[in-house]
Amino acid sequence: MNAIIDSLKGQNFTQLLVTHVQLSAFALIIGVAIALPVALAVRNTRVAAIAAVNIGNIGRAVPSLAILALAQPFLGFGFTPALVALAALAIPPILINTLTGLREVDRQIMDAARGMGLSEVQILTRVQLPIAAPVIFAGIRTSAVQVVASATLATFIGGGGLGDLIVGGFQGNNQAMLLAGALSVATLAIATELTFAGLERAFTPKGLKVARKRRGK
Amino acid sequence: MDSLALLQSAGTELIDWRWIGENQTEILQALQGHIFLSFVSIGIALAISLPVGVVVARYRKAYPPVTVSTGLLFTIPSLAMFAILISVGLPVGATPVITALVAYSLLVLIRNVVTGIDSVPPETIDAARGMGLTNSQILFKVELPLALPVIVAGIRIATVTVIGIATIGAYVAGGGLGQLIFDGIGQGFDTKIIVGAVLATALAVTADLLLLALERYLRPWARRKKAA
Repeated sequence: MNAIIDSLKGQNFTQLLVTHVQLSAFALIIGVAIALPVALAVRNTRVAAIAAVNIGNIGRAVPSLAILALAQPFLGFGFTPALVALAALAIPPILINTLTGLREVDRQIMDAARGMGLSEVQILTRVQLPIAAPVIFAGIRTSAVQVVASATLATFIGGGGLGDLIVGGFQGNNQAMLLAGALSVATLAIATELTFAGLERAFTPKGLKVARKRRGK
Repeated sequence: MDSLALLQSAGTELIDWRWIGENQTEILQALQGHIFLSFVSIGIALAISLPVGVVVARYRKAYPPVTVSTGLLFTIPSLAMFAILISVGLPVGATPVITALVAYSLLVLIRNVVTGIDSVPPETIDAARGMGLTNSQILFKVELPLALPVIVAGIRIATVTVIGIATIGAYVAGGGLGQLIFDGIGQGFDTKIIVGAVLATALAVTADLLLLALERYLRPWARRKKAA
């Protein structure tokens, strides 16, 4: 136990943690910055929306190690190739959930908004997006947890992060280092899950919460 | 899609086709090992999840603790999971990999068994009871068959997850397609990386599409509704 704590105290640990968080955060931001506009662009075109969801579904099936490993022959070793791979990994869940969330907004609500004289942009920002927000955030949460977990694999292509500790622990047969890496990665993933679950709740409009309670959920 | 285009534009440097031709047996063995790992894990996970799901669908109080604990397992990154399993004494090899893969499948499988059983209309169960079916007959002849499409949907998600995570298992000597990827990275031999990664992707996508087709086939009423 003490040896594990010593491994955690090393200045190296802080550096690895910072890299891990940076990799994950940047990848998620890039993922959102790509997936959201694409979803908004294709949302009203049936064929394009179906195509986007299908491509997203196939994208979700691609193993994370495969994406990271494939980045290496094309982009080389290091932080940037890992970041590109992780960003690619972050896109599908956000894309799928945004499209599903937007398309599932009740037709009648949209008609009512249109009848009240709202413009298309107003309908999107004041009606559709708030109603779809919980589903969109659920997608971002899935991506966030997946990216934090997969950032552990960045170590294999020299991207750094907490995976370095696990791999270093295996290679040096250093049990303490191995566990320090494993436990800190697991904690980080669970913390991410909880944080984003909180965000999801915070971004659920009050009206939806009331409606859900009334329906007894 | 992008990687394919890149592969073509990169020409012959990245892929050594001769190596692929000469090492077909090794590649095929890795693929078989991967399929074996995934099948065994899903089989064991189903053997656990079906009874647990059936019980939890009845005793509702047990559902939240089951989802929270399996959800916690699901969140732990796989490399960390392998490390922890080996630290607690599991031998390096297929054992920790299969253990982890089973653990990752539980959340989705149990959840879908419960959702599937929940989706059976109460009138249907009343009708079955009225016909004189016993509780176990209702379970096996009414509830589980009607829940099957949702259970298969769970198997589909679990299988895709398991095929993906199994690649990482090669790092702790679990075998499978990940072995090619790690060998390729270690030897600086791109062909091996690409063959391993592309085959793992193809396997996951194929399994996904096959199980999706099965799911649709088991849901004839949904197809009919669409046609109408």
